Amino acid sequence: MEVIRQDPADFRARGIRARDALRGDLEGADLEKYVEERVLTTTLDKALNWARGNAIFPATFGLACCAIEMMTLVAGHVDIARFGAEAFRGSPRQSDLMIISGRISIKMAPIVRRIYDQMLEPKWAIAMGACSSSMGVFNNYAIVPADKFMPVDVHVPGCPPRPEAVMHGILKLRQMIQDDPAMGWRDRYAARGTEEVVGDPAAFPTAVNVLRPEEADGA
Amino acid sequence: MPDATGLELLAGELRDADPDCVLDTLYFRDKARIAIAPDRARDVLQFLRGKGFTFLASVHGLDYYPEEPRLGVQYELLNMRDVDRITVTLRVPTDAPEVPSVTPDWPTANHQEREIFDMFGVVFTGHPDLRRILMPEDYEGHPQRRDFPVGGEPVLFTHQQAHGVDYTVGVDRIHPGSGTPS
Amino acid sequence: MSSVSEYRRAEQAVDVAEGGGIVAQALTEWGGDEELLTINLGPHHPATHGVLRLLTTLEGEVIRDIKPIIGYVHTGIEKTAEQKSYWKVIPVIERMDYLAYYFNAMAYCGAVETLLELEVPKRAQYLRVIHLELCRIMSHMVWLGTSALDVGAMSLLFYCFRERDNILDLFEMSSGQRMHTRYIQVGGVMEDIPKGFEEKCRAFCKRMPKAADDFNALLTRNEIFLNRMRNVTPLDEQTLLELGVTGPLLRAAGNPWDLRKAQPYSSYDDFDFKIPVGTTGDNWDRYAVRWAEIYESVKIIEQALDGLPEGPHIADDRKVVLPPRHELATSMEALIHHFKLVTEGFRVPPGEVYYPIEGPRGEYGCFVRSDGSSKPARVHMRDPSFVNLQALAPMVRDSYLADLIATLAMLDPILGGIDR
Repeated sequence: MEVIRQDPADFRARGIRARDALRGDLEGADLEKYVEERVLTTTLDKALNWARGNAIFPATFGLACCAIEMMTLVAGHVDIARFGAEAFRGSPRQSDLMIISGRISIKMAPIVRRIYDQMLEPKWAIAMGACSSSMGVFNNYAIVPADKFMPVDVHVPGCPPRPEAVMHGILKLRQMIQDDPAMGWRDRYAARGTEEVVGDPAAFPTAVNVLRPEEADGA
Repeated sequence: MPDATGLELLAGELRDADPDCVLDTLYFRDKARIAIAPDRARDVLQFLRGKGFTFLASVHGLDYYPEEPRLGVQYELLNMRDVDRITVTLRVPTDAPEVPSVTPDWPTANHQEREIFDMFGVVFTGHPDLRRILMPEDYEGHPQRRDFPVGGEPVLFTHQQAHGVDYTVGVDRIHPGSGTPS
Repeated sequence: MSSVSEYRRAEQAVDVAEGGGIVAQALTEWGGDEELLTINLGPHHPATHGVLRLLTTLEGEVIRDIKPIIGYVHTGIEKTAEQKSYWKVIPVIERMDYLAYYFNAMAYCGAVETLLELEVPKRAQYLRVIHLELCRIMSHMVWLGTSALDVGAMSLLFYCFRERDNILDLFEMSSGQRMHTRYIQVGGVMEDIPKGFEEKCRAFCKRMPKAADDFNALLTRNEIFLNRMRNVTPLDEQTLLELGVTGPLLRAAGNPWDLRKAQPYSSYDDFDFKIPVGTTGDNWDRYAVRWAEIYESVKIIEQALDGLPEGPHIADDRKVVLPPRHELATSMEALIHHFKLVTEGFRVPPGEVYYPIEGPRGEYGCFVRSDGSSKPARVHMRDPSFVNLQALAPMVRDSYLADLIATLAMLDPILGGIDR
């Protein structure tokens, strides 16, 4: 984002125009300039993305130690409410960001995926901490990295990352949201055609998200 | 702690009551330890309860691989009134891993024995609900045994998969052109 | 209606069937509310403290049976610890109970020091005590904040996390990290406290009792909080002892068992502090005991700062402890020791040891088995939350679903410790 610096002479001119506008004396080229300075024209997409980026609803998804630092984000010193994201929703259906804070064990992985699937598009995911991005301090039989079974947009390193670091990650995500209008995650990561479709769901009694050939849309 | 003489007295009483119950006594780092035969677990703990050790602090298991018998179970008992601790240990081989469960007498052992079953495969006979507690229900194998591999997954990231970048470079294989593995 | 039990009695006295009408008819036809409904709470649920799954069997809103299902954050820490040299295990072990990381490290280091028969210098013991008590207060702050959030008093979350941030600033000052600081090492502590730590710590110790008074003022006489806590799910001392429960839950029921007083470790017997004990063991006592512990911990920290002796911050034994960096430039032996310790690690004589300490949730006991090599053969943490969770079922049987939430909050389970 660039910072636009105003020339002091312009500033004075703007002040005079504002005074004239209030008096009803502004017309012609001055009126045009006045309107131009105060109205943002943009495409609907960009406006929507700007709104989406500034009003992210994270889902409460604390798994382990990183969850405590995520709670610190909500609390005073690093205040996520400054960026519009303080409304942590309990239900995945009402949220659009999943902050995977903590290590994902093999027992939890299908549940994380199920909750991610329950979120409505557009949705994003932040893998907070080293464990969810890349196994972290532990590299063993019991945990999986989040990228193995779901798409992750932003990885925030740290063990646990400082709340400021997570904030930086969320701001990077906000920039991504405002730049990239691809709504479905499958479009964002060129993942169309990677749905695992099984013929007979009965053959997979423990599978969590089983798709039949005709219902692979919206996966 | 029961000191070394106290430990020998306790072991002596146990041997009087039941000759092949006590296998060994050890007084290590100021702590008394009694090794018992596996099928006497409940009786020994009840006896020690009578001696004042009324609190079962911990039940944990371990794998002595490659020494046989491999699987060990240890009971940490605490006497709150006299502030004494004593450890009761037993060992079972993998082909006959049955140990009588102490859960009917000591409810605290419920989850702890399930964990030992889950991680080591020690079967506690008489346990009200012996099933896996930490691993998924259908998991095969007992992870904390010493011959079970540690496991691990290669690290991969979504953007690498999306752009078709080979994510194993630098993880399982060295970067092309670099002398030392990264 | 000031007492909860009076309200419940009045509620049960209401007979819906008498009123007549469709509802009454339906109830008489279906036989009232005898139908049991099993629902699943979690593992993803805003009110659980971590990923705990509760299979709850309800009759109306009364809980008839509850089965906790755990393992959703099982990380195989104990298995990972067997692959690492003794000092490398410390960061891994710290991540078990992620709110009491100093306690995890202390239990483990205590066990290894017992095996090594290594003596920890007095200054290191006092520094350990200071950080352990700060960690205890921090754990209670998170507990209070999240419990109040569960019950509905949301503003306490912000106040408690503010105090917690002060403590984390102190941790950052002494070790560089906010959480999982690996400050406690085998033989002592990683580094001596920097200049300014003592001043900041004393300033914190002056603030903290006032902050605790404020939290008390918000909650203690609040009618809603009292209704949710007083006489809710009490459990007697005998059942708790049978279930192996220790820590504030046991103390709330009246048993003053605290390892800091009973089996003092790391110079705790040098300090003068009291053990808060409750009477009935209901939710209110559990809250009050933890809240009172904050004051006692502040007292301990102040006494430790007053009496902090001069001396080394870690043991002298070069076979176990890294030599100070300035010696590496001049002494060959120091260089060799440093090299051996960093690459291979120190060897520990074979043996098995169980080292218990008193943490914010109860007895943390670390069991270490060494086979003589430089890696431990078995590390097991007897985590108090794992054992305390067994007490949940007897506590909430025949009470309301809302009481389950409050009781779970007062139980203070940390799933990282439960699942390890």
